[in-house]
Amino acid sequence: MKFVDEYRDEQAAARLAELIRRRVSRPWTVMEICGGQTHTILKSGLEDLLPPEVTLVHGPGCPVCVTPIELIDHAVSIAETPGVIFCSFGDMLRVPGSRRSLLEAKARGADVRIVYSPLDALKLAQANPARQVVFFAVGFETTAPANAMAVWQARQLGIENFSVLVAHVLVPPAIEAILNSPGCRIRGFLAPGHVCTVAGYEDYEKLSASYRVPIVVTGFEPVDILEGLLMVVTQLEEGRAEVENQYRRSVRREGNRQAQRIVREVFEVSDRAWRGIGTIPLSGLALREPYRRYDALERFPPSQAPGEESVECIAGLILQGLKKPPECSAFAVRCTPETPLGAPMVSSEGACAAYYLYGRKEVAS
Amino acid sequence: MCLAVPGRVVSILEEGDSSLRRAVVDFAGVRREVSLAFTPEAKLGDYVMVHVGFALSVVDEAEAQKIFEYLSEIGEQLEPDSGEAP
Repeated sequence: MKFVDEYRDEQAAARLAELIRRRVSRPWTVMEICGGQTHTILKSGLEDLLPPEVTLVHGPGCPVCVTPIELIDHAVSIAETPGVIFCSFGDMLRVPGSRRSLLEAKARGADVRIVYSPLDALKLAQANPARQVVFFAVGFETTAPANAMAVWQARQLGIENFSVLVAHVLVPPAIEAILNSPGCRIRGFLAPGHVCTVAGYEDYEKLSASYRVPIVVTGFEPVDILEGLLMVVTQLEEGRAEVENQYRRSVRREGNRQAQRIVREVFEVSDRAWRGIGTIPLSGLALREPYRRYDALERFPPSQAPGEESVECIAGLILQGLKKPPECSAFAVRCTPETPLGAPMVSSEGACAAYYLYGRKEVAS
Repeated sequence: MCLAVPGRVVSILEEGDSSLRRAVVDFAGVRREVSLAFTPEAKLGDYVMVHVGFALSVVDEAEAQKIFEYLSEIGEQLEPDSGEAP
């Protein structure tokens, strides 16, 4: 596939790794924000190419992983309501709630459907006017325009049996929370390329200047990640702290204005709880007027007590880059993709799933 | 979840209102209908980055080549242990 295969070229990757090795003179810890990048790093064994001075830690960029357990439980309750068609991206289905996952609810008879796009859920609502169709609107900035467009179109077309359960989060407040956490040892960041394709990187320039930390907007293939790391290491070695853009083939500084416009039309910035991390001020999106009547929380008010997390799961520490999956006592023993205790074990962007799938059992010192 | 896949625009289905503009996009042989609501500049033959049914950007092909041009320029100096960094 063009614009994918060439970025997996082994010789190009080896040359970039060699450039990093020549440039680095002392230890640096760098966080890749996005779980998609984490999976590339583990799958391609990029850490084996890097010099020992460069330590990678994995960030919170997995929307499925940071969706609060209460919201998973509420999604299950809505899905089990008679007459409801509950639609979700496939990633959410196996995430453990405190009672059961959406997949288990489906097995017990709930009408849970996997959709590729929020517009598919909207079409289901049009085709089933007697049913309530609820879409689980999960995601970072990348997904917000598509979800906003579905709600906007529902209003334009007068589709009233459609609503969304919103769990939208934003990346820059999460980076700031990580930088403010005590004992933070991260000296540079790879910022997520598709989030920045939508949102641009002006907000990251403020973070980079305030915290004196290099941030490189980076793509998702091995060559992208190694070039991003080379750019971060070069900045660190030269004593610079700027935002640079490795993913120039997709990202422009101002982002995608059309996409931003529909997001601002439908959503407003709000406080959000992050699973395992806690509430981060102004770190999420909520529906604004006149779109609030499409909020599934209004249509199906929560009625149950807050759910309880597994006491053994350390997903919160993993999502903040404070621990790696093999440091968890349950990893690959009591917590596997078939019997998950936490969301990072089942999400295609979860760090635990990446370590489990690609066999990295040891912990880098 | 932030996965976006590059594909080539093979036909544009005009729809008057730009928010409803759609295209057929080819992903290495697999074709899907994609919304161009956020990429009104996309033309036939362009590569677009597609996420959950929406094109989020038009791939800048010149930028995409630069890293490979750079690596091939400096390639020979870069065989392991061949000397200092360029």
